[in-house]
Amino acid sequence: MFQSPTIAEFLAQSNLASTLPATLLLGWTLILVLADLFAGEERQHWTPVLACLGLGFSFLANIFVYSPAEAEQVALYGMFVGDAFTGFLNAVILVATLIAILMSWDYLNRAEIHRGEYYILALISSAGAMFMVGANDLIIVFVALELLSIPLYILAAFRSIKNDGSELALKSEESGMKYFILGAFSSAFLVFGAALVYGATGVTNIPQIFAAAGGIVSATTSATFYLLVGAALLIVGLGFKVAVVPFHMWTPDVYEGAPTPVTAFMSVTAKIGGFAALLRVLITGLSVLVLADGEAAAWQATATIIAILTLVLGNFVAISQRNLKRMLAYSSIAHAGYIMVAVAAAGASNVIDAATQGALVYMMAYMFTNLGAFAVVMAIEKVDGSGGNIDDLNGLAQSRPLMAMAMTIFMLSLTGVPLTAGFVGKFMIFSAAVQAGLFGLAVIGVLTSVVSAFYYIRVVVNMYLRDSAGDLIPALETRYVRLAINIALAGTLVFGIFYPLATNLVSMVSIA
Amino acid sequence: MDVTGLSLTTITLFLPIVGLAVLLFMNGEKHRGSLKWVAFATSIVTFVASVLMWINFDPGTAELQMVQRNTWAEVTLGESVINVSYFVGVDGISMLLVLLTTFIMPIAILGSFGSHIFEERGREKLYYIFLMLLEWSMIGVFVVHDLIIFYVFWEVTLVPMYFLIGIWGSEDRIYAAVKFFLYTMAGSILMLIAILYVGNRSGTFSTYSAGGDVGVIEMVQTFEGDGTYWDALGPDGEGEDAGFLLNSVESFLFLGFLVAFAIKVPIFPFHSWLPDAHVQAPTAGSVILAGVLLKMGTYGIVRFNLNLFPEATIAWAPTIAFLGVVGIIYGAWVSYAQDNVKKLVAYSSVSHLGFVVVGIFALNSQGLQGATLQMVNHGISTGGLFLIVGMLYERWHTKEMADFGGVWKVMPLFGAISLVISLSSMGLPGLNGFIGEFTILLGSLGSDYLGFAFTLFATLGVILAAVYLLKMFQHVFMGELMNPLASEDGYTLTWYEKAAYIPIIIMIFWMGLQPIVFFNMLDVSVDNIVAMFVR
Repeated sequence: MFQSPTIAEFLAQSNLASTLPATLLLGWTLILVLADLFAGEERQHWTPVLACLGLGFSFLANIFVYSPAEAEQVALYGMFVGDAFTGFLNAVILVATLIAILMSWDYLNRAEIHRGEYYILALISSAGAMFMVGANDLIIVFVALELLSIPLYILAAFRSIKNDGSELALKSEESGMKYFILGAFSSAFLVFGAALVYGATGVTNIPQIFAAAGGIVSATTSATFYLLVGAALLIVGLGFKVAVVPFHMWTPDVYEGAPTPVTAFMSVTAKIGGFAALLRVLITGLSVLVLADGEAAAWQATATIIAILTLVLGNFVAISQRNLKRMLAYSSIAHAGYIMVAVAAAGASNVIDAATQGALVYMMAYMFTNLGAFAVVMAIEKVDGSGGNIDDLNGLAQSRPLMAMAMTIFMLSLTGVPLTAGFVGKFMIFSAAVQAGLFGLAVIGVLTSVVSAFYYIRVVVNMYLRDSAGDLIPALETRYVRLAINIALAGTLVFGIFYPLATNLVSMVSIA
Repeated sequence: MDVTGLSLTTITLFLPIVGLAVLLFMNGEKHRGSLKWVAFATSIVTFVASVLMWINFDPGTAELQMVQRNTWAEVTLGESVINVSYFVGVDGISMLLVLLTTFIMPIAILGSFGSHIFEERGREKLYYIFLMLLEWSMIGVFVVHDLIIFYVFWEVTLVPMYFLIGIWGSEDRIYAAVKFFLYTMAGSILMLIAILYVGNRSGTFSTYSAGGDVGVIEMVQTFEGDGTYWDALGPDGEGEDAGFLLNSVESFLFLGFLVAFAIKVPIFPFHSWLPDAHVQAPTAGSVILAGVLLKMGTYGIVRFNLNLFPEATIAWAPTIAFLGVVGIIYGAWVSYAQDNVKKLVAYSSVSHLGFVVVGIFALNSQGLQGATLQMVNHGISTGGLFLIVGMLYERWHTKEMADFGGVWKVMPLFGAISLVISLSSMGLPGLNGFIGEFTILLGSLGSDYLGFAFTLFATLGVILAAVYLLKMFQHVFMGELMNPLASEDGYTLTWYEKAAYIPIIIMIFWMGLQPIVFFNMLDVSVDNIVAMFVR
């Protein structure tokens, strides 16, 4: 008999407190909408300040909710799980959003597209990402993914709200449209995959899928087939989001066309959300998908192939890019490949925790480094969108030694040179791969990072070793942009030099 | 000596960082004149600290000395948690190479005192900062005994060197710098995978045992069971058979480490980055590159390849030693063909380090002692040769041999110094080069693993060295003066130029006439390593 739950039961089951960081941020955006609506034209600059405040509150809530290393807290009738994994990635997403907002303010003003909605959309998107990292149910994965993506489609096209028919506006529009169509397309895969998994197991809750899948696999019924196809479709759907080869085609165009701070923001948050869901679905849900005794999970081979393709294509194509944003786009594809190495390693049951932790540290390192690199690119970009080529960095070390030094450290971190955060991430990921016995993958991983050194070092070469025609003055070098660069730099160095810091932060993470 | 809880090794290691910090807070424009003095003073203090280490050093034990070990981080590898530790200490080999590093550094800095490159390129502050960073990371490579931290120092040396070549080098500096960076990184990154495997297999990254924790070397040496430590046979007797070149885990690990080191040394055929980097680098860069950086490769082979993978070492020894001999002859041959003085000296490095490789893979006491001593000898004499080239370039602005001639006539003191250094480099008895090469040849002759042919062809290299070095000396210093300088003042050596040569000349004679001092340092440490290879 169905009984309507009592209030107390409802509160206990929904356990809203443990979703606080994400719900707080989502609620804050409603306040922001009203504030932006009623604040006059002359008080518009309060919106970003309020947005940052919201991020701060959410960050505090995140610390309070997840810092005591408690057992995981299930919320929303088991559809959401707050654990160390959620807490860590929430923090990364919030810092990423903060840096992105710092970057946006002056950029939007200069481009004369400053609107309060921009910040609201960014906040909704990061709230979506935060729901996604805590998603414990395929339904939530889908809903959170849409919450994350839809604002990003709009943000990508944000330049076109000033419809002056310029090439920039057109490119931005194209970027948003492309992103939207491919995003919708990939969502369909995701939903279809979820449906097949549901068909096979009868549940959408990820831990329950784990429980059900075990019986299905050992019984070798036809449901195993649906489970496999479902898992494959889920990988495809999320693979589009995180831009791994062969689902990466949209990335360069979208990244190039979108306003630079938006590119920076989505290159980080969308990837974090996508990989978090991928890890949860594959590890928590489907790590039991072992077809023969003693073997790794069935999806490991798929993940390995995707990782290899992504590493090779991303890194090699990046070499030929002259436009910095396109280069960073391909490099971000390559970095998705490195995280994919961790996903593949997680297929071996004894390395699951090491691989997950490696992936998390890598995402954090990538967040700081990539945002920093984008901030520097944005600073030298001119208002008409030119000045973003690799040769436009010539002589930056002469005119702006500190900015050039920061960019050098970002490039070294992306390459994975020790004493930067990027090395810590790569190190953890490759140790997981070695432990999982994936030597070939690890060797391809390190060799492609040598390839990546080639194009990252070229940036350093241009800044230090070549002279510009005149003095290179960054076109957009304001207080906030500099602050964004400095935060990113501090993160890259602190987590790179103090190695234990990063490993301690993720030492509690276990989603198996 | 343990006054502050820090070992003397730690203090020596971090002194350059102190200098770097001071430089960082100086104003590059306002205090331009004192930048070099801060760098020089730091390098002298570091040298004094390393001499203190030497005084404290007890040559009678093979144990690491002046050890400090602190757990630094924990790495989760699968289900096990492995400590990464800050683990420093020295044995005879490390001690000698630390001394070499701290000895070369002030000389290299003196060599850039009067340099014209700053007038052209500026950024003097950055230059000295990179030199300090380089000294720190090089000392680190020689004293660290944790594989991960070793890898960190190893990679960090790349960055300052890359900038030194790239910013203050000659015309093709960008090409040379990028080539240097990519080449060496490609080699070392494979080592990372091998390091991870080692940590995963043995449960520790420490190579030596300390404080109750057993290090990898001890595990390898005390392994009792079928097969070797790396290719242990299972309980049912199954497992891969070690000893074959490409059929064992140990061999792959050996190669993972070796490629990184071989590129740095460089062992033929991995040498092609070296002439470019050397020719384009500024004088101090060349001196450090030849003096210390290349030794990191040979040191790594001795410390890691020999200690960790003894079976694979035996299997590969003839092959690698053969490459060493090819390097000796090829390097000498190509060196002779050069018209560019700096290139000639650069290729001579390939030849000289070939000797070191042969000495190492002789796998006996004489070979290894000679090799270690030859590392130091080469550092001193080739460092000196690059200084000579640098000073010639400062005056004549050319590196082409044809443009020189008769320098002795106008600069007799400089000529005499150059003669001594050239003779040391070609191995004249009584000077340091002879001791190293002779001991190596002796070692290779008595080796259980190398044949007579290795000695024979290596000896050819000694003769060839005399050929190309005397050719250089003749073209540059003998004959009629080809291009007189505009001003007579240019012919006098400045005080800092003289000061740079004095320690080099002293060492050349000291090591040549009283080598026993240095052999004593090495004796026990080397015996400890070769004990594994005694048949």
